[in-house]
Amino acid sequence: MRRFNIPHKFELVTILELYAQWIREGKLKVNSDWNKDLGVKFTVQDPCNIARKVGTNKIVDDLRFVIKTVVGEENFIDTVPNRGNNFCCGGGGGALQAGFPDERRAYGRIKFNQIKETGATYVIAPCHNCHGQIEDIGEHYGGNYHVVHLWTIICLAMGKLSDTERTYLGPDLAEVGL
Amino acid sequence: MAEAIKIDNLDADFKDEVLSRIPDANFDLCLTCGTCTGGCPASEQMNMDPRKLIRMLNLGMDDEVLKHDWMWVCSMCQRCVTACPMNINIPALVYALRANVPREKRPRGILGSCDQHIRTGSAMGAQKDDFEFTVLDVAEEIREDYPGYEGLEVSVDRVGAHMVLNQNSREPVTEPEEMGPLWKVLHEVEADWTYPSVMWGGENYCMFLADNEGWRYIIEEFVHHIDNNLKSPLVVNTE
Repeated sequence: MRRFNIPHKFELVTILELYAQWIREGKLKVNSDWNKDLGVKFTVQDPCNIARKVGTNKIVDDLRFVIKTVVGEENFIDTVPNRGNNFCCGGGGGALQAGFPDERRAYGRIKFNQIKETGATYVIAPCHNCHGQIEDIGEHYGGNYHVVHLWTIICLAMGKLSDTERTYLGPDLAEVGL
Repeated sequence: MAEAIKIDNLDADFKDEVLSRIPDANFDLCLTCGTCTGGCPASEQMNMDPRKLIRMLNLGMDDEVLKHDWMWVCSMCQRCVTACPMNINIPALVYALRANVPREKRPRGILGSCDQHIRTGSAMGAQKDDFEFTVLDVAEEIREDYPGYEGLEVSVDRVGAHMVLNQNSREPVTEPEEMGPLWKVLHEVEADWTYPSVMWGGENYCMFLADNEGWRYIIEEFVHHIDNNLKSPLVVNTE
């Protein structure tokens, strides 16, 4: 809308900001009790569009606040570098459909190494492109991690994640909270 | 003794063309420091990198630059321009390179997704009827199967809803079970929300295709639907 100067009456936000707002307001009652004894480690992918491209870390800081609330601060391991300075996963800009898979995977090697360094077994990817690419490079380079949407983990922390909504979870979380 | 190349005397048509539209792209200011390249995951792919691309552009190597497939390997992530001490807009150059390729010769996957979006409202090519059927069907299953969610409300085009959500079309089309957790969170906070039936897919492959017309059309149709039909004050990106 900004690019083409298209006038609009509505406000545009990301759901990540709303999750954070709802948690702060006490509307979304979630905590990390489910992960206290399990100690499952999580890291995150900062989608370029809501990190570097918005010029502030506000949204990705909200993202971290939400993640730490639902998995436990001690169970979140950040990538280096991160937030506005993060590396693109390599799935953006249409790369997933551009027809150059070898180059796309070579590009993703940096992201793969970053994730591996964290030692986390789960990567939260709040962008579908990133999700697809990080899963693909994980399989390609032999990564020992699962890639999940954020809503899956919020719902898990709510104790409301049903058995059919666990496609991306590993065996360690297949039964948790059922 | 070798003579220095005088940049001002070079015939760099494509550079001039892009600069005439985006003067602050600053291509002439390159110090060749390589900061862009050091932090670019696409560096060295296809024997190309951002610094080299700018060099070639400034030297007027238009033939090589314009046909180089690296423009589709770069993801326009903007790490280079953010780090560049001279604020040279390399992603804008890559976008201009993509836009210079005849539309039908751009990568088939991206082209197909853009065309489907223009035609159906989502890159996966699901018509709005299919979309509506899928979300209402999945919602009905949740209401029937999961105690506590008998009152789960999922709607399409509910006029006056406070929030309109867009959703990546891969979710309803290839993994509909991924929508449930999102809806449950919305239910928990008693959000007043709906999906739009027009340009409902959250992605935009026309942007990746560098198809300005298609990109603009998708956004305009979407904005018109929200402002004039649904009259919702808030649009929420689900990613």
